[in-house]
Amino acid sequence: MRIIIFCLIAFRALSGGLAEAKESFLEVIVADPYLEMHSGPAIGYPVLHVVERGKKIKILLRKTDWFKIRTEKNKEGWVYLNELKQTLTLDGQPIKLRDVTIEGFRKRSWDVGLMGGDFEGAASMTVFGTYYIAPTLSAEISATQAIGNFSSSILGNVRLAAHPFPEWRISPFFALGAGYIKTSPDATLVATVDRDDPIAHVSFGANMYVTKRFIFRVEYNNYKVFTSRNDNEEVEEWKAGFAIFF
Amino acid sequence: MESRLCHLFLKGTFKTLLGLSIIFVSNIHAAVPLEKKAEQIILPELERREIKQAEIDTEDFEIGFFAGAMSIEDFGVNGSAGLRFAYHVTEDIFTEITIGGSKAGETSFEVLGGGVNLLTDDERLLSYYNISVGYNLFAGESFFAKRAFNSDLYLIAGIGNTQFAEEDHFTINVGVGYRFIPKDWFAIHVDFRDHIFNSDILGADKQTHNLEINAGITFFF
Repeated sequence: MRIIIFCLIAFRALSGGLAEAKESFLEVIVADPYLEMHSGPAIGYPVLHVVERGKKIKILLRKTDWFKIRTEKNKEGWVYLNELKQTLTLDGQPIKLRDVTIEGFRKRSWDVGLMGGDFEGAASMTVFGTYYIAPTLSAEISATQAIGNFSSSILGNVRLAAHPFPEWRISPFFALGAGYIKTSPDATLVATVDRDDPIAHVSFGANMYVTKRFIFRVEYNNYKVFTSRNDNEEVEEWKAGFAIFF
Repeated sequence: MESRLCHLFLKGTFKTLLGLSIIFVSNIHAAVPLEKKAEQIILPELERREIKQAEIDTEDFEIGFFAGAMSIEDFGVNGSAGLRFAYHVTEDIFTEITIGGSKAGETSFEVLGGGVNLLTDDERLLSYYNISVGYNLFAGESFFAKRAFNSDLYLIAGIGNTQFAEEDHFTINVGVGYRFIPKDWFAIHVDFRDHIFNSDILGADKQTHNLEINAGITFFF
């Protein structure tokens, strides 16, 4: 019985806490002459309400660079980041809102992305994740699938890259890496077995800051496949894609 | 003698402690009115609070599932289902990862041939993944039951892999979709996609168009 009562109390406390948390929105004061409240989170949506300077508003949530707000009169609408930057906290301090610019690109700590390209005649797709140890040095892990007419390969690679000019909008890089390649011939065509080989590569390319969290990336890779046969294979790969940084 | 000394010592300690506690307690008593006074003088009108960015709930990610029908070229139209995960980079651009699958039916050759089987049951399974970039072409409102709801008509294109007949096929997908957003955290999708890949299952290598239409729901977080 006690346990049940305890559970009930705990549940009440928890649900009460949740309800409270739901209502504890950030409250700010409008500092601009007025704020335009759109009906949706994009520039094309019509402005349905306006809040004047000095009024209190609650920030309910954020979608990309748009904030859903609620006025004291319980009107809701979406305000763009740049307009909201002028608002003040209840203490009269300017509000701090996260805005992603090229500065963020220069100081990014990691990014994830996708590239597509040509792997010695086969179509290749790569997903990668990069961690920036310093603005000029990064460590990366990637997985590539190359789909050819007669076989398909899966590659896993790790690499270290140097970014000599991290402050440039188009920032070049050079990389050295190693990994593994697994090649499986198409079952219907060629009757050979799967091959697993170690692989190493040198690479150069560039990252270009596009907008917000978006990076465009182009790169060239030269792979050396250490086969169990007498000759090592050399494979060239070109690819381009995008990344999102955080 | 020794016990008497001990007794005296203890008595002394007790007295000291008592004295100290009296001083301490009286000090507290003395401090209380002062504090009250201070409160009255500078009673803050607003409570100070730390503003952290994390206090604002962001809803840039979308996750959900869908079900529909997929026409696999030469193999008829069959049910399909999958999962989608999206990240909204700006109000216009989003990226989406989709994984899905379907099962191929019989070609007309197999139907007419009677007993001819081009593929085994396992080989008829089709699964795909793709990574795409979408563009919200027409962000707008849709009206339903006297209410306005936000919605988007988006264009989407990407690359990926389709595994069919136990072979990998590099696949390009293009499509158009409609996102109906009844709640800030919830959306309903209707999505039309063309999966384009080269296939040599029926002999000659040819480009196949595999159309898929599906409906699904997603949650923003």
